[in-house]
Amino acid sequence: MKRAIPLLALSLAIAMALPACRQDAAADAKPATATTDTGGSAKGDFGPPQGAPVEAVLTSPPNVPPATGRTAPAKVIVSLDVVEKEMPISEGVTYTFWTFGGTVPGSFIRVRQGDTVEFHLRNMPDSKMPHNIDLHGVTGPGGGAASSFTAPGHVSRFSFKALNAGLFVYHCATAPVGMHIANGMYGLILVEPPEGMPKVDREYYVMQGDFYTTGKYREKGHQGFAMEKAIDEHPTYVLFNGMEGAMTGDKALTAKTGEKVRLYVGNGGPNLVSSFHVIGEIFDKVWYEGGTKYQENVQTTLIPAGGAAMMEFHMEVPGSYVLVDHSIFRAFNKGALAILKADGPEDKTIYSGKEVDAVYLGDQAAGTSRAPVAAAAASAKTGNLTKEEQIAAGKVLFAGTCSTCHQPDGAGLPGVFPPLAGSDFIKANPKRVPQIILHGLVGPVKVNGKDYNSNMPPMSQLTDDEVANIGTYVLNSWGNPGGQVSKADAAAARAAKPANGSDGH
Amino acid sequence: MRRLAALLLCVLPLAGQAAGDGYARLPGGGFRSALKYEDRQSLRIAPFRLMQTPVTNAQFLAFVNANPQWQRGKAPSVFTEARYLQHWAGPQTLGANALPQQPVVNVSWFAADAYCKAQGARLPSWNEWEYTAAADELRKDARKDPVWRERILAWYSRSSKTALPRVGLQAANAYGVRDIHGLVWEWTGDWSSLLVDGDNRKQGDADKAKFCGAGALSMDDRDNYAVLMRVAMLSSLEGADVTPNLGFRCARDAR
Repeated sequence: MKRAIPLLALSLAIAMALPACRQDAAADAKPATATTDTGGSAKGDFGPPQGAPVEAVLTSPPNVPPATGRTAPAKVIVSLDVVEKEMPISEGVTYTFWTFGGTVPGSFIRVRQGDTVEFHLRNMPDSKMPHNIDLHGVTGPGGGAASSFTAPGHVSRFSFKALNAGLFVYHCATAPVGMHIANGMYGLILVEPPEGMPKVDREYYVMQGDFYTTGKYREKGHQGFAMEKAIDEHPTYVLFNGMEGAMTGDKALTAKTGEKVRLYVGNGGPNLVSSFHVIGEIFDKVWYEGGTKYQENVQTTLIPAGGAAMMEFHMEVPGSYVLVDHSIFRAFNKGALAILKADGPEDKTIYSGKEVDAVYLGDQAAGTSRAPVAAAAASAKTGNLTKEEQIAAGKVLFAGTCSTCHQPDGAGLPGVFPPLAGSDFIKANPKRVPQIILHGLVGPVKVNGKDYNSNMPPMSQLTDDEVANIGTYVLNSWGNPGGQVSKADAAAARAAKPANGSDGH
Repeated sequence: MRRLAALLLCVLPLAGQAAGDGYARLPGGGFRSALKYEDRQSLRIAPFRLMQTPVTNAQFLAFVNANPQWQRGKAPSVFTEARYLQHWAGPQTLGANALPQQPVVNVSWFAADAYCKAQGARLPSWNEWEYTAAADELRKDARKDPVWRERILAWYSRSSKTALPRVGLQAANAYGVRDIHGLVWEWTGDWSSLLVDGDNRKQGDADKAKFCGAGALSMDDRDNYAVLMRVAMLSSLEGADVTPNLGFRCARDAR
């Protein structure tokens, strides 16, 4: 050794090892009543594994592996690949995700309490980073992290006995931990109680995460990780299953009336705590915190970062049910929504009337074709863009960006969101339209004789083409005066912020 | 190290290396590492020289031609794992996947160390690497600039599925060194002292620094993710390991 090297302050590191490592299961608080005490990890060892080793079935979200169906402890082999890959995070927006199994969240793992899990963590050779895994279902220092620290092109193996039943988060714990989690490195492992989970008709896997991109929400193109935003805990996106629209439209979760549905919902964080809610449903049961006991008749359940919960409900009424983080700006403005679509006969005795949740569908709504937008973009390139094409494209874009507040029929909401349909405000000055889209509008306005006083945030994430198409659609719809907004008009409007523009929200 | 530094300080006035040898001259001096050291607040970096660009395939080919014991297939497996130089067409042939001016990758620490020694040089220390990497094009310490940090961070979050650019394409930093960020990981001579390597794991609980954020807690500058990731990457490796994006460059003491 040529030179002496100063010692790193490792002792400090040890003293301050984060409590994320689950090391003290046995010391946890006692359940409320002794009669329902499962005994925890002290009673979770059912002896050595029996029979031939079993290869675990891993599933990609939103799917859940079938019940283990076992009655005796087994040796279960889990092989999980770490894959760094570029994937869409929103329409036209890509991000480099770091994944367990190629998906965000990572593959769902299902074992039974008392099983011995032989874990193989394989880091792909083209990975740039070393990675590891901390499973909250592991009893032992670091949850496996120390034993699974794996360089690119290597595989690590470790084993643990699943002593506690419950739904547990797993995540990468390689420094910088926050960045590894923010890039999508988390998933769920279900440790079934010995008797298994109660039977249901459908099970789904949903996991929330917050994402920090260098560009704004829905800013097109490839986006990098924004460290400052992450440290400030100001996410650009809050998403279910790693992509805006991961479970909407054609990819919505499905069920039938009369069925019992169970959701396994985790929250990878890295920062936000979820107020998880399904609009239009009441959870019949929530195994809060992913534990052994359930609460009944719950509207919204709190899921901490690095935590999970199971919830069950019976579907009575057909329609679209919207999964949201009820910290609701995250649903409207950061993407935290998904759809569960229930098919079946109406039951008017239980519910009659229009479905209130249609308002959340956005441009990911079932059946919304993006083709007109692409057609308009192609024509714009060749200089042959027609007004009709603009209107068609604008209609699709309007549904995604504007209809939430101004309503699909342009009628607005009385007293809150001004109408665009037959609007004397637009008629008085049609040039306002691109300006308001791009800069928002703050303060009192009078539209069709009614006073409004609110704050529309600027929609500056839209491109000039998109603003032109939306503007043209609005001008030519619902009795408005007609006309056309060009890309140049939109660019000019973008450059000039009016006095009553909004600073955003 | 202190004795060495003192020695170097005495020798320093003799400096005056001919230009064009591919080495940049770095003045050294006081340096605040992003890592937390138990025994000192700031480090003293002795003047040193560092290759302006990482070692290329062409340079490494010349080395294995002159030192056949380091050719693929001949190098002992305790020093080089099976994937050593796997992207080369043959033991003495670069081929389409290893262009001459691309940085050499898939090299183990032992091979990198041998290369530098063969040049009468050595691998840089971690401290020397970190000191060099703190500079941007204009400033010797740009580490507090969030814009620059975000810029260098972009490379770390991309996986390495595309071919590596050739060396020297990026602007030189304030010391005249290129590609210290944004091209490849780089071995350092003392990489195994960063946290602990596999062999040291049983000595106490030191390996806990590798998980649950504890790694960040031994950092003085917890926002310096680029350094943090270098440390994490290097500490995940054994000396015989190679990866498709890990290369090196050599250093020399200043004369």
